[in-house]
Amino acid sequence: MDYEVVIGLEVHVELKTESKLFCSCPNCFVPEPNVNTCPVCLGFPGTLPRLNREAVKLALTASLALNCRIALRSWFDRKNYFYPDIPKGYQISQFYEPIGSRGSLTIEDDLGRPKVIRIGRVHMEEDAGKLIHSPTGDASLVDYNRAGVPLVEIVTEPDLRTPGDARRYLEKLKIILQYAGVSDCKMEEGSLRCDANISLRPSGSETLGSKTELKNMNSFKAVEKSLEHEIKRQRAILKSGKEVISQTLRWEEESQKTIVMRGKLQAHDYRCFADCDLAPIELTAEEVEEARAALPEMAEARAERFVHDYKLPDYDALMLTSSRGLADYFESCLEFYNNPKNVSNWIMGELSARLNSAGIEIESCSFGPEHMAELLRMIDENLISGKIAKDVLEKAFYSGKMPRRIVEEDGLLQISDQSELEGIIEKVIKENPDSVGNYRRGKTKAIGFLVGQVMKETRGKANPKLVNELLVKKIGFK
Amino acid sequence: MELYQKTAAELSRLLQDKEITAVEVFNSFTERIDEVDPHLKVFITCTLDSALETAAAVDRRRMENEELHPLAGVPVAIKDNFCTEGIKTTCASKMLESYIPPYDAAVVEKLKRIGMPILGKTNMDEFAMGSSTENSAFFVTRNPWDLERVPGGSSGGSAAAVAAGMVPLALGSDTGGSIRQPAALCGITGLRPTYGRVSRYGLIAFASSLDQIGPLALNALDCSLLLEVIAGYDQRDSTSLPHEVPQYSAAAGRELEGVRIGLIEENISANFDPEIKFAVLKMAALLEENGARITEVSLPHTDYGLSAYYLIAPSEAASNLGRYDGVRYGYSADGDNIISLFSRTRGQGFGAEVKRRIMIGTYSLSAGYYDAYYLQAMKVRTLIRRDYEKAFQNFDILVGATTPTPAFKLGEKADDPLKMYLSDVCNITDALAGVPSLSIPAGLHSSGLPMGMQLTAAPLNEGLLFQAAAVLEKCSDSPPQQRTALNLTGRGEL
Ligand SMILES: [Zn+2]
Repeated sequence: MDYEVVIGLEVHVELKTESKLFCSCPNCFVPEPNVNTCPVCLGFPGTLPRLNREAVKLALTASLALNCRIALRSWFDRKNYFYPDIPKGYQISQFYEPIGSRGSLTIEDDLGRPKVIRIGRVHMEEDAGKLIHSPTGDASLVDYNRAGVPLVEIVTEPDLRTPGDARRYLEKLKIILQYAGVSDCKMEEGSLRCDANISLRPSGSETLGSKTELKNMNSFKAVEKSLEHEIKRQRAILKSGKEVISQTLRWEEESQKTIVMRGKLQAHDYRCFADCDLAPIELTAEEVEEARAALPEMAEARAERFVHDYKLPDYDALMLTSSRGLADYFESCLEFYNNPKNVSNWIMGELSARLNSAGIEIESCSFGPEHMAELLRMIDENLISGKIAKDVLEKAFYSGKMPRRIVEEDGLLQISDQSELEGIIEKVIKENPDSVGNYRRGKTKAIGFLVGQVMKETRGKANPKLVNELLVKKIGFK
Repeated sequence: MELYQKTAAELSRLLQDKEITAVEVFNSFTERIDEVDPHLKVFITCTLDSALETAAAVDRRRMENEELHPLAGVPVAIKDNFCTEGIKTTCASKMLESYIPPYDAAVVEKLKRIGMPILGKTNMDEFAMGSSTENSAFFVTRNPWDLERVPGGSSGGSAAAVAAGMVPLALGSDTGGSIRQPAALCGITGLRPTYGRVSRYGLIAFASSLDQIGPLALNALDCSLLLEVIAGYDQRDSTSLPHEVPQYSAAAGRELEGVRIGLIEENISANFDPEIKFAVLKMAALLEENGARITEVSLPHTDYGLSAYYLIAPSEAASNLGRYDGVRYGYSADGDNIISLFSRTRGQGFGAEVKRRIMIGTYSLSAGYYDAYYLQAMKVRTLIRRDYEKAFQNFDILVGATTPTPAFKLGEKADDPLKMYLSDVCNITDALAGVPSLSIPAGLHSSGLPMGMQLTAAPLNEGLLFQAAAVLEKCSDSPPQQRTALNLTGRGEL
């Protein structure tokens, strides 16, 4: 019997606000524990939450970017449970009426066909603190820096069918939320977290099989891998005629396996009820329309515009819009230097290679658009060769110095002086009679070797086009 | 007449006229505290040193002809569920027995800012859950009118302190009658303001949608003066109201001509003490003599009020008290693991009534019961609100008894929670509706105990209540006796 895989994802995303959801503590990462705290986010007796409107705005933007219906009146509920990382004995969340619901996101399925993934809800909630085991191992410690950080939880309907679907959904979600300016969505840093629900059912069946919940995946790749692993595991169980136990599993990156984290999935009773310390969130239809109008241009629209306005090939446009940072960088370059294709080549080639090897994001790169523009202009003006430019880029990338300054300091200016080059060319011709002979016998490729020799003599500084011309003139036929 | 026998308004006048000093006032009240507190047991914590400093500073500033608030130098006591920076705040619970808050409640900030010396933190029912102050984890407080009887609750300490002349003014909190019921049983005046009128920031929560802070004093004028200090918008409390604070004290002295008064049938019920019923009718007649028009009115959903309240308040309480887990502050029991830390801390730290309400609340919010209990109670709450809205289309003030009986004996209802809950029966619907409600003395019962009448107005109409109360105070032929009646001898040895 063949089985159909049914996957749903619950994604938590940290909102990029200045302060926490219900107090004025800063919303930023600090390594020292319990620094970003106050009586409110520590849940001291008598304190009351005060809603950060900026978070509501970002949650509204996220909901709109995911094509959700917006609740003009929503509210916060208390989700009651006991755990040391929640300071109040309850988490403030939106249980009964989320700000966004019934949205969608379109991905490509394994065969590249478009596929709509329904989004059940987008709701706001506060993050919990972090439990840390003490170095001596005999106690648990709690860090409440993260307690009260604003999150949105984005829950899909069980519409994903393959681990690839899940990965592509996450990639797309990340791009959308980054473009919308809602979150950094860095899974490695925890600003995007994902739990997966997965079950198998006989193909053609309408009822859902018993599901397991997967946790602790720290990358999109890990989500895909863990789902692949879990499909194999569940299929083997079902094939052997046994039943899958509904439980929570934990992905172990080292062993690439899932292990049981919590037994039987119980329906937790969180005894949710409206938090009467907070007024309901009221939005007007005008506010929603304003937010919709203010939505930043999303990746697909931007790629289309790049093709249309800058005459870029589809491939370039797609690559450049794969993150908002890259697309913004590209367009900033154009403000200083208006040759889109050239800029695109250098971003996708040299710069991307540098970023990859250094493991940093374009946003934190010290080789800015001004650097790029200056570098490319120097090539155009025949001041440096493309090859020298690559070295300059590398130096500027790490030092942040402007390319022109590097060229000047290191004496890398291109030799375009004919008389200076002629002497070197004479020397190369004398030293390489074989190649000259080959060329004269019609092996035109030999000219390349000779040009290379001249470049070598000048440590790459010679203007290769000029060298070529001069060489041909010297040894060529009349 | 001793200074401690004077009202806050009288003290304020004498202080402003420089006939007395704040330190003299302080001395008079603290001597009185020394004299009677061993018998009444009002204070959990006395803060006399800092109060004396405040009084001395007020005198200094007055000497320098600085402009001071009229209540500067007038002492006050506060219930022990208001957070006070650096001063123990216990909620009369073992759970917070040695808890020292890192900040002042909004109302405490206000008292400090105008220079009111805070004499101490008063006893109460644990986490404000109770109607007799017998649920304090530390000791019981006695009624100054009869030391064998309860002062009411949960703000019993604050009420007894004012009634016995230990302070001219006190703050309490009222979730379902916790200011008005003890005010009535102690023969003083107490106001539950409109929900949202006073910031709850720093009031340790019992039931967030019902908790409200209010003044207790000897008369309506004093209550209005203190309300002027504590009322007002606070951005730290999202439920606080933005409306400007009127000069409430100006209301006392206005005529009652044309004021429409509804006599609430349900709050002069046949099974109430007949003397209390009679006292309320007599007071109503006085209002009529002064130009008010009196008609009977029914609030038809009152019968369901108590049941709704005892689902809603415990539900919120179960959630509000979830934070006391022994991890961050307060009592912490030894536990081998996190579950035993939680259960032992809460098992040992909370008293019986608190646990009872946590269990009721947890049950009422649980899956499968939520619709039948919590949600149903919330629907009743809406109906009760509508009762009031409808009544206020035809009436300006609603009146009735504050309590069905005068103060009961210590221990009389301690073993029967339902009986105890019934002592708040007249106070609960106002709280559910969020409307302001004032209890004023209504003369003495044949047993010698005070009785109370309750006046309720539409939201934000506290001024009207003070106005009616002041008229009654002026023309009542049996003016409410005050704490001078306190007789420590012949009331049984302690
Ligand atoms: Zn904070």
